[in-house]
Amino acid sequence: MAESLVLIEHDRQQVKRPSLHAITLARQLGGEYALLVLGHGLDGIAASLVSYGASAVVVADDPGLAEPLADRYATVIAEAAQERGATTLLGTSSTFSKDILPRAAALLDAPMVTDVVAIEKMNGSISYRRPINAGSMFATVKVEGDRRILTVRATAFEPPAANAAPCAIKRFDFDAASLPNGMQFISREERKSDRPELTEARVVVSGGRPLKDKETFERLVGGLADALGGAIGATRAAVDAGMAPNDYQIGQTGKIVAPELYIALGISGAIQHLAGIKDSRVIVAINKDPDAPIFQMATYALVGDLYRIVPQLIESIRRA
Amino acid sequence: MKILVPFKSVADPNNAIVAGAAVSTPKSVINPFDEIAIEEALRIRERGQATESVGVTIGPPAVDEQIRAALAMGVDHAIRIDDSRALDPYAVARILGAVVKREAPYVVIMGKQAVDDDSNQVGQMLAGLLGWPQATFVSKVEFLDDKRRARCTRETDAGLEVVEVNLPAIITADLRLNEPRYVSLPGLIKARRKPIEVLTCDQLGVTVRPLTTVLSIARPPKRAAGTRVESVEELITKLKQEAKVL
Repeated sequence: MAESLVLIEHDRQQVKRPSLHAITLARQLGGEYALLVLGHGLDGIAASLVSYGASAVVVADDPGLAEPLADRYATVIAEAAQERGATTLLGTSSTFSKDILPRAAALLDAPMVTDVVAIEKMNGSISYRRPINAGSMFATVKVEGDRRILTVRATAFEPPAANAAPCAIKRFDFDAASLPNGMQFISREERKSDRPELTEARVVVSGGRPLKDKETFERLVGGLADALGGAIGATRAAVDAGMAPNDYQIGQTGKIVAPELYIALGISGAIQHLAGIKDSRVIVAINKDPDAPIFQMATYALVGDLYRIVPQLIESIRRA
Repeated sequence: MKILVPFKSVADPNNAIVAGAAVSTPKSVINPFDEIAIEEALRIRERGQATESVGVTIGPPAVDEQIRAALAMGVDHAIRIDDSRALDPYAVARILGAVVKREAPYVVIMGKQAVDDDSNQVGQMLAGLLGWPQATFVSKVEFLDDKRRARCTRETDAGLEVVEVNLPAIITADLRLNEPRYVSLPGLIKARRKPIEVLTCDQLGVTVRPLTTVLSIARPPKRAAGTRVESVEELITKLKQEAKVL
């Protein structure tokens, strides 16, 4: 039986919601699909996954998998795909799956397609649509062979419903003693924020170079985001200038977002940035340059001075 | 102690933006992420932590222009794998795997992704094929224990992460690893005298066939041009009544 195996990502406490969107593609592909989760101490996480209509939740739980080291994870994932006879192995595009899945593809001697946004079925074969050149073009690709690895853009697929009868949780047994040992986890920056996760937020407020410095960025971009209960994003220029941390960067080399409302403050609209926001439902651009390219894709464009407009906007929203 | 730097020749992304025709722009450059990898290799060598930097690329003779650019930056020696097919990332990784076996570097540094194809696969696949450790999306590299290990800072979705990898390993460069140097005139002159070794897949003893084929390329639908609003009040009214997001 052709089966898809969907890699699910978590932060040790809970499942990362965008990683569930790959399930929606697995459903579109047809056939059965199982969910695969790796880590240590996964009982709660596994239990939260039983209602997504999968044939099973496959759990690789071992102290040696406590941190997502690519050499170990790819080895276990490739073994699980082989043992289950999975013809498609997929996950949501994130630094986690982009690190691990290509390595698993090599171990499985199989091709991979990154950032799938849609599939087309024709005469029993499936082709995959994906953005290239920073999203300025879309390529439709086909793959040969018995097995393929896919990552999907979370923003292109709806979250799956969790209303199926609970499936079984199956422990995946592997030889933990023979796992690769060439990588060691040292540390992870833990930054606590009360704001929602950038890729999951309903509202994203983003800032560019004209925000000047970290304090101004926080006051205007952060202030507006907080008034709207939104997350904060930034352009490459703003990150390069030290106004925001690297993982706030949106675009070709950063995060892809598609919120209900995206507000761009002082962002001119380099193609690499637009690539990361163009599926947002409503885009508001505020910029003093009336010819800024971002105005060509903004739902609402307001030309003017940020330093005057944004405080007014915060004030009006807070009052409402 | 050799460093191998695989790089790709891509259509100039800056040109492409101006022209709005990303895939047909005539000018080619070294993939910007690979240029960062080259810079890092040069710095490692300049610190005395490597004896030689070797650049490798795959393509027809036309890519010699980007090879000269890499040599002009300071790469010691370059290899071109003569193959003009549209290869997929896995085919590229398999060819590079054969190059790694021939060159026996202690570290391979390459860009995390090519800005034309945006696949972000080759480095990880190469590491898998070789069974080497990998550090992807790296913004800082330090060598430890007499170059037996590298400590790498990685840029992940959740923030910075530090890992150590035993060498030899594959490292893929993120945007903020360094700022590549400009090519100097003496560098350009020197580059003309540096050798470019040309090899075929046959000579490397590797047979590859791309398993991924691009069927078509199309522009995405354009977002409809929006409405210009004149004031904060008007914007809020539109967001509430028309877009219904507030």
